Amino acid sequence: MSDILEELKQRRVDAAAGGGEKRVAAQHAKGKLTARERVELLLDDGSFEEFDMFVTHRATEFGMADNKPAGDGVITGWGTINGRMVYVFSQDFTVFGGSLSETHAQKICKIMDMAMQNGAPVIGLNDSGGARIQEGVDSLAGYAEVFQRNILASGVVPQISVIMGPCAGGAVYSPAMTDFIFMVQDSSYMFVTGPDVVKTVTNEVVTAEELGGASTHTKKSSVADGAFKDDVETLAEIRRFFDFLPLNNTDKAPSRPFFDDPSRIDDSLDTLIPDNPNQPYDMKELIHKVADEGDFFETQADFAANIITGFIRLEGQSVGVVANQPMVLAGVLDIDSSRKAARFVRFCDAFEIPILTFVDVPGFLPGTAQEYGGVIKHGAKLLFAYGEATVPKVTLITRKAYGGAYDVMASKHLRGDFNYAWPTAQIAVMGAKGATEILYRSELGEPDKIAKRTADYEENFANPFRAAERGFIDEVILPHSTRRRVCRAFASLRTKKLTNPWKKHDNIPL
Amino acid sequence: MFKKILIANRGEIACRVIKTARKMGIQTVALYSDADANALHVKMADEAVHIGPAPANQSYIVIDKVMEAIRQTGAEAVHPGYGFLSENPKFAEALEAEGVAFIGPPKGAIESMGDKITSKKIAREAGVSTVPGYMGLIEDAEDAVKISNQVGYPVMIKASAGGGGKGMRIAWNDDEAREGFQSSKNEAASSFGDDRIFIEKFVTQPRHIEIQVLADGHGNTLYLNERECSIQRRNQKVIEEAPSPFLDEATRAAMGKQSCDLAAAVGYTSAGTVEFIVDGDKNFYFLEMNTRLQVEHPVTELITGIDLVEQMIRVAAGEALAFGQDDIGINGWAMESRLYAEDPYRGFLPSIGRLTRYRPPEEIAEETRAVRNDTGVFEGGEISMYYDPMIAKLCTWAPDRGAAIEEMRTALDGFELEGIGHNLPFLAAVMDHSVFVSGDMTTAFIEEQYPDGFEGVTIDNATLRQIAAATAAMNRVAEIRRTRISGRMDNHTRHVGGDWVVTLQGTPIPVSVHADREGATVRFDDGEETRVESGWTPGQTLARLMVGGQPMILKVESHSQGFRIRYRGADMTVTLHTPRQAELAQLMPEKTPPDTSKMLLCPMPGLIVKIDVADGDEVQEGQTLCTVEAMKMENILRAERKGTVKKINAAAGESLAVDDVIMEFE
Repeated sequence: MSDILEELKQRRVDAAAGGGEKRVAAQHAKGKLTARERVELLLDDGSFEEFDMFVTHRATEFGMADNKPAGDGVITGWGTINGRMVYVFSQDFTVFGGSLSETHAQKICKIMDMAMQNGAPVIGLNDSGGARIQEGVDSLAGYAEVFQRNILASGVVPQISVIMGPCAGGAVYSPAMTDFIFMVQDSSYMFVTGPDVVKTVTNEVVTAEELGGASTHTKKSSVADGAFKDDVETLAEIRRFFDFLPLNNTDKAPSRPFFDDPSRIDDSLDTLIPDNPNQPYDMKELIHKVADEGDFFETQADFAANIITGFIRLEGQSVGVVANQPMVLAGVLDIDSSRKAARFVRFCDAFEIPILTFVDVPGFLPGTAQEYGGVIKHGAKLLFAYGEATVPKVTLITRKAYGGAYDVMASKHLRGDFNYAWPTAQIAVMGAKGATEILYRSELGEPDKIAKRTADYEENFANPFRAAERGFIDEVILPHSTRRRVCRAFASLRTKKLTNPWKKHDNIPL
Repeated sequence: MFKKILIANRGEIACRVIKTARKMGIQTVALYSDADANALHVKMADEAVHIGPAPANQSYIVIDKVMEAIRQTGAEAVHPGYGFLSENPKFAEALEAEGVAFIGPPKGAIESMGDKITSKKIAREAGVSTVPGYMGLIEDAEDAVKISNQVGYPVMIKASAGGGGKGMRIAWNDDEAREGFQSSKNEAASSFGDDRIFIEKFVTQPRHIEIQVLADGHGNTLYLNERECSIQRRNQKVIEEAPSPFLDEATRAAMGKQSCDLAAAVGYTSAGTVEFIVDGDKNFYFLEMNTRLQVEHPVTELITGIDLVEQMIRVAAGEALAFGQDDIGINGWAMESRLYAEDPYRGFLPSIGRLTRYRPPEEIAEETRAVRNDTGVFEGGEISMYYDPMIAKLCTWAPDRGAAIEEMRTALDGFELEGIGHNLPFLAAVMDHSVFVSGDMTTAFIEEQYPDGFEGVTIDNATLRQIAAATAAMNRVAEIRRTRISGRMDNHTRHVGGDWVVTLQGTPIPVSVHADREGATVRFDDGEETRVESGWTPGQTLARLMVGGQPMILKVESHSQGFRIRYRGADMTVTLHTPRQAELAQLMPEKTPPDTSKMLLCPMPGLIVKIDVADGDEVQEGQTLCTVEAMKMENILRAERKGTVKKINAAAGESLAVDDVIMEFE
């Protein structure tokens, strides 16, 4: 009996050794942690329960029969983050470069199936050279099995991908179908084809970092939702992020004790809107001042910064925030910002996270670049996302809400539950100057008259009251009481029940 | 007594005057420019009159507009504050012509003291000790060099109409004299509309000590003792105190007497200040007389108990002073810190913007201590580019100097200010500086003690341990809260351990935290224990703690692995790791920020006045590269090292934001 216990112990030691001391040292030398170290930092101390520690691959060609490390290059299992269950896989770059084999894929699929069955999120820590070439089509089949599960799990349990090393070729498509992707700066990259192939095919010379580093994907491609300094910081941030998410699509958004008065008055908000309507201000100040304890987890901060997305808590409960940012491109809606916000709104709706929208939007960005790029369809994504969302929706117009963009930004007409406006709101088809120039085209030659018309238009239409008279704005509120009003609005919506008509699925303009 | 007065000023001084007027039952009228429509002084006043666009030379200092506001509101008297029209004899004349009282000295006194050359002559004649120098006007740069050589370097080049550091340069050689003359002249022309320049000997090891005088129209002239204002940067006062730690009774009396003699010689009434430069042997020389209320007047008020604004109003209304020289004493010690919207980490360059957070410490007036905060701003208010970058004057008072400094440290720790760059960390650093604490400083203090600018403060080990203990206790509170999230697995909740590694200023400090009802005991690995008690909860930006029995106020911002802590001029990231996290964190590579040494970045939002070099130019260390104007100050940017200009990205007349790249080097 003791021999058997000894053997188990020894097998565990062997499995835990991964690719051996040398490869572990090489991993550390790159500033990266090992797969097991990462799991340790991601989960609560001692909470990790491993599956399939002794799984080995079944390949025999290319001398593989003699090299069968236990675990096959991926560590899988479940554990807790602040006591809440989560399923995890962590690819081990020290074993076959973390490459994906048939069995490696099976291990990932197993925990994904468990996650779906038990209603807990999946976090994937990716660090893999790609398909295991020795296994050929078995490896490709393995990817597809994972993909299929990503697709089925989408909207059932939250899926988070953390890119902590290479992620190339087919491997990128699993993270691509998860809800959020985070990367580690300088030590991770993602691309469909690497720099060598790029050189061969297009003669373009580019480094891996330029082609698919954290900076590229957070600033240019918007593939990633955020990037952090190193493995330790990244995993700490993932823990922080996880606390905002529900466990599954039947769970409520999580809540925790909070130390911030929901009725807190903030007088400084009364001066947030500058006197000059063309002067920008920082919408993030409003978000921080409304949020519990000023805590805001922003997603896609470096991409399409003309719209802000992220999570706050109100009375301890997670709320998704979407806000136009007047500091960037005057907060205009364009292709990128519409796509960014649409995806965020749909995530919130899929997982019962209430949505708070702050509106200061001058309209959609005009121009050939936008039209040729399909701003019609991309803009419609945000409109669609807001319109189909059945979660509690509270909207506040701080300043401009012009034209079609007014409709798009969680307006009353898109089943907004509470549509508030500050007294500084201007809800109109367009700005006063543009409107008078169209309405009084014949007077264009007479600047005095036009000025008078503009002033009249401003007085009559550049305010929230026309909309309030029609009930499109439920109430005009004082800026300093925003937190209290918004908290109370969401509190009243905790029992909201709204369902869309039955359909197989909708046909959002992709 | 007047029924209604108008305050021809803005900001904190307007608020200050309104407070006293209100106390005296006098109605107040405020003026405001476009930029000040929502300003605090407008809210505080009984009436407010709009006076024009934001720039002061189109609003606050346009005499006709102020006169119109007086007519419109029926104000009987005007308090000019400091700056703006306070020392403008034409304004005093205009008031006189309409029979409106000027709450300040007679026109003649302003005139004779307002001109630095004339004032020196009068001072000398009145028996006041003066600095050697050239009193005549200087024609051109070459003339300036000649005269500088006659007086002997180092020399001070000053605008005749100048003040507050504007239009002043020190020159140690001919080149600097030439350049200094030109830039003083330009600044003088743009700031005061008077480009006359004079040159005098620059006294070394100098202290700036000034005497507050107060005179009525009935022949009484008193001195209210001195203020020491040696802590200056570019001749702009930063920290003032009263009394001076340097003066003895005899010197004080001599300076006081000469000051009163000078005031009497020009028929002075109201409050005024005679500034002296005092050398290491307590020789004092007359510098100038400021014929107005000084910015730093609160410290005098705190040690004498006399409300200077009230006295100015009474004197202007024709009353005689109700006290004599013998009634004026020195009670305790007062300190003033000027909070400026100037970023100490960027060479004290002006910063503008919105005060997203402005929470001054509570004002206190007790038997043994006092805290006073004179300000004209509020949370959500704007520091605009048009006016002086001063945010507040924070004053403390205590029975002795050491206690007044300690009060100031506490007050600064409790002062929350966000949204703009400000000098609060620097002020806190000075309060802990041994030279300042000893009282043995000169006007060169900042230059000498911070030759490379201010780079923050390194905290000593004992204090680091206190901060480590405090943050470990706070972290425990935050971590336990995290484990109370909804949706956790029953019976398998996370247990927050007691062992942590606190890393701050690069030093890892292992601790173990043992919490109880009242707080926590933090044990260090050498066995030492520190008790931490506080009611801090996550999200509070100011943590008031008792650490090892001593009160401590920390400014706190949470992040995923710990806190950003600001305390006593130090600004640090404190990370809290479990022992295992700390072990793994050791494996993480150091990340260095991108190299900007080959670029000249715009240090502040401002206007490029002039670019002095072209593409491909070789530049020497210290060579002038360009001039940026901000807050009406011309800032000359120089080459930090020898190099070649690769590319110039900006042109004269362009407005740049902070960190915009002006030029790149090879």
